[in-house]
Amino acid sequence: MPLPRPRIRLPAALAGAALLLAGCAQPAIGSDRDDPTAPVTLTFWHGWSNADEVKAVDDSIARFEKLHPNIQVRATGNVTDDTMNQALRAGGGDAPDVVSSFTTNNVGQYCSTGMWADLDPFLKKTGVVKEKVFPKPLLAATQYQGKQCALPLLADTYGLYYNKDAFEKAGITRPPHTMSELKRDAVKLTRRTGDGAYRQLGFMPNFRLYQNSPDRLFAQWGPTYFDRNGTAQLAKDPATEEFFTTQRELIDAQGGYGPTERFRTTFGDEMSSQNAFLTQKLAMHMDGEWRGLMLKKAHAPFAWGTAPMPVPDDRADTYGRGYLTGTVAGIAHSSRHQNAAWELVKFLTADTDQVVALANALHNVPSTNAALTSPKLDADPAFRTFLDITANPHSTALPPSDNGGQYVTALQDFAYDVEAGKVRDLGAGLRTLDTQIDADNLQSEN
Amino acid sequence: MAATTTTAPALRRKRTRERLRIAGFLSPWLIGFSVFFGYPLIATVYFSFMHYNQIERPAFVGLRNWTYVLTQMPLFGPALWNTLWLVVVMVALRVVFGLGTGLLVTRVKAGAGFFRTAFYLPYLAPPVAATVAFVFLLNPATGPVNDILGAAGIPAPSWFNDPHWAKPSLVLLSLWGIGDLMVIFMAALLDVPKEQYEAAELDGTGAWGKFRYVTWPSITPIVLFAVVTGVVQTMQYYTQALVAGKLASGVSIGPGTVIQPGYPDHSTLTVPQLVYSLGFQNFNTGAACALSLVLFALAMAVTTLLMRRRAGLLPAED
Repeated sequence: MPLPRPRIRLPAALAGAALLLAGCAQPAIGSDRDDPTAPVTLTFWHGWSNADEVKAVDDSIARFEKLHPNIQVRATGNVTDDTMNQALRAGGGDAPDVVSSFTTNNVGQYCSTGMWADLDPFLKKTGVVKEKVFPKPLLAATQYQGKQCALPLLADTYGLYYNKDAFEKAGITRPPHTMSELKRDAVKLTRRTGDGAYRQLGFMPNFRLYQNSPDRLFAQWGPTYFDRNGTAQLAKDPATEEFFTTQRELIDAQGGYGPTERFRTTFGDEMSSQNAFLTQKLAMHMDGEWRGLMLKKAHAPFAWGTAPMPVPDDRADTYGRGYLTGTVAGIAHSSRHQNAAWELVKFLTADTDQVVALANALHNVPSTNAALTSPKLDADPAFRTFLDITANPHSTALPPSDNGGQYVTALQDFAYDVEAGKVRDLGAGLRTLDTQIDADNLQSEN
Repeated sequence: MAATTTTAPALRRKRTRERLRIAGFLSPWLIGFSVFFGYPLIATVYFSFMHYNQIERPAFVGLRNWTYVLTQMPLFGPALWNTLWLVVVMVALRVVFGLGTGLLVTRVKAGAGFFRTAFYLPYLAPPVAATVAFVFLLNPATGPVNDILGAAGIPAPSWFNDPHWAKPSLVLLSLWGIGDLMVIFMAALLDVPKEQYEAAELDGTGAWGKFRYVTWPSITPIVLFAVVTGVVQTMQYYTQALVAGKLASGVSIGPGTVIQPGYPDHSTLTVPQLVYSLGFQNFNTGAACALSLVLFALAMAVTTLLMRRRAGLLPAED
């Protein structure tokens, strides 16, 4: 006896739909069988957007095209990571060949999914010894589980900007080297109005301020986020509790979380002329190397200097270290001209003169060992501080993870609760955070 | 018998033609429904049981995505709470405010056109532009609203920068753009038969009595419409919350920066924002689909509940 029709039709329709869905869910895969000497047009997506930056990138491309007359490069700027991620996943003829990202956070995701092609075969084929070319922390931040799917294309380094005039007025002779000195100086530099409101805060460690995400200050402790098996170990590392305790002490010493947060809401936007360090609402400030150029361009009405961020008292010998991140470049998995694309990636990331020229133009830290010591590099002492931080063996970048920077987001959320005093038992909170990070990582794996 | 055997195929043909004609007339809707509702719904259910990062082939993972969303994702709770809070408070206030404004502008005699235009115009402002304007107006440091409150000696809140005030600030923004509801209520109010008001007046009924016994029974279907559509819209609330949080945080967003929605303290994080974040920032498509289905089920449940309750709201003849 035949089954009633609906019973056949519904499963058939669902099975058909499932087949259709499964079939649609596979973007195109590219190839590395192209001849890099044959005429080709490459598409290059990058994130730089303002006129000076775009000119610097276009100049780099012009230099490349002169060296490789058979390769034309069509560059598209102002591309966010979200846009690039979505485009590479969707595939299609207009997807880029060469891609870059302003952060190392997503490298693990790019490598583990194969979205960015493995560069090791290209490095080997063209005789580039990556260990000799790139600084160790940057190299580590651009690979995941042995797969080098990206290479550093300029670095970002974080250090301390300080108001020399305010220091002089407070009788402080040099920037702080340890966390205790930072706390002492921050208190001395904090000035209030007659009614008790803040006029100037010595140093604001609150995690929501501009670039103050917890991972950046935490770098001063040299943390190890994961053990060898990739399991989160923030609770096991005593440095984590020390870091949160120190951050809370820094806040409390200057008036507490509530008042400092209220003061923060009176700041202007980070990249505007109302930036709190530029308007002297902050006497010390953690920021990237690009801030120096901005302060110069804005003709800051005070003398300022740069220094490495202070380190914990019991790690005073590591002073000079800092947090590293930066722009990375790679080849899209869907590119059908991967050998030609490699020529561009190699030029942008490993050619010393090119890296120096781009670093000088963008006021970013160069990301090769040779470029870091190049005499052609910008000699500005404020900028030199960041070069030294990059070269410091204790400086660290975030470890790549399978799901991009999701563990950093989890840490950030937890840190907001800690600084607001919502976490009563720090140890228990950190154990829960580890469980959360592991669950998120497991969820992103097959 | 012979007549029956000869007419049966003709009858079947006639019925088939009739069915084809009906299907022909229905086809635009059927195609639209299948493409824009049926297929996405089946796809969402399918992917909710798959691990799929939009690069590799989907792999079956059973209930793992569901377990992750419902038990392991700490942001699910705050996002659901915020969404439900907005559904209850924002929808209720929008209906009350829309009805109040509708009543006001239908009563006004002089300059009625001006007032109707003035109340309707904000609705035409694009959501992003309106949100940017509100974040500027309510800026704790530089916004004119706090200057005025300060001058009047009223302690000014931090609005979008305070987790306790962020959602009420979004409600204020939504009330500013009440024009759509005002127009709908105005049409309904102008449709209430005048003779019923006259009869009520003859009975000596006051203003409240007229509203309670004449206006309200006439406009309840419209109120129900406003509530149901408001609930569905608010469950999809995304743009304003995202823009307000991003702007109020003061952090520059550029290439390489991932927007973490919900500033401050996840107080403006809604379920649709979490779906976007899971699906298109973390590329955790399976979990995003599971979360979408939770939202879908919730919207269906609330809407069904409201529709079942309609008997108590609608006039007797409905």
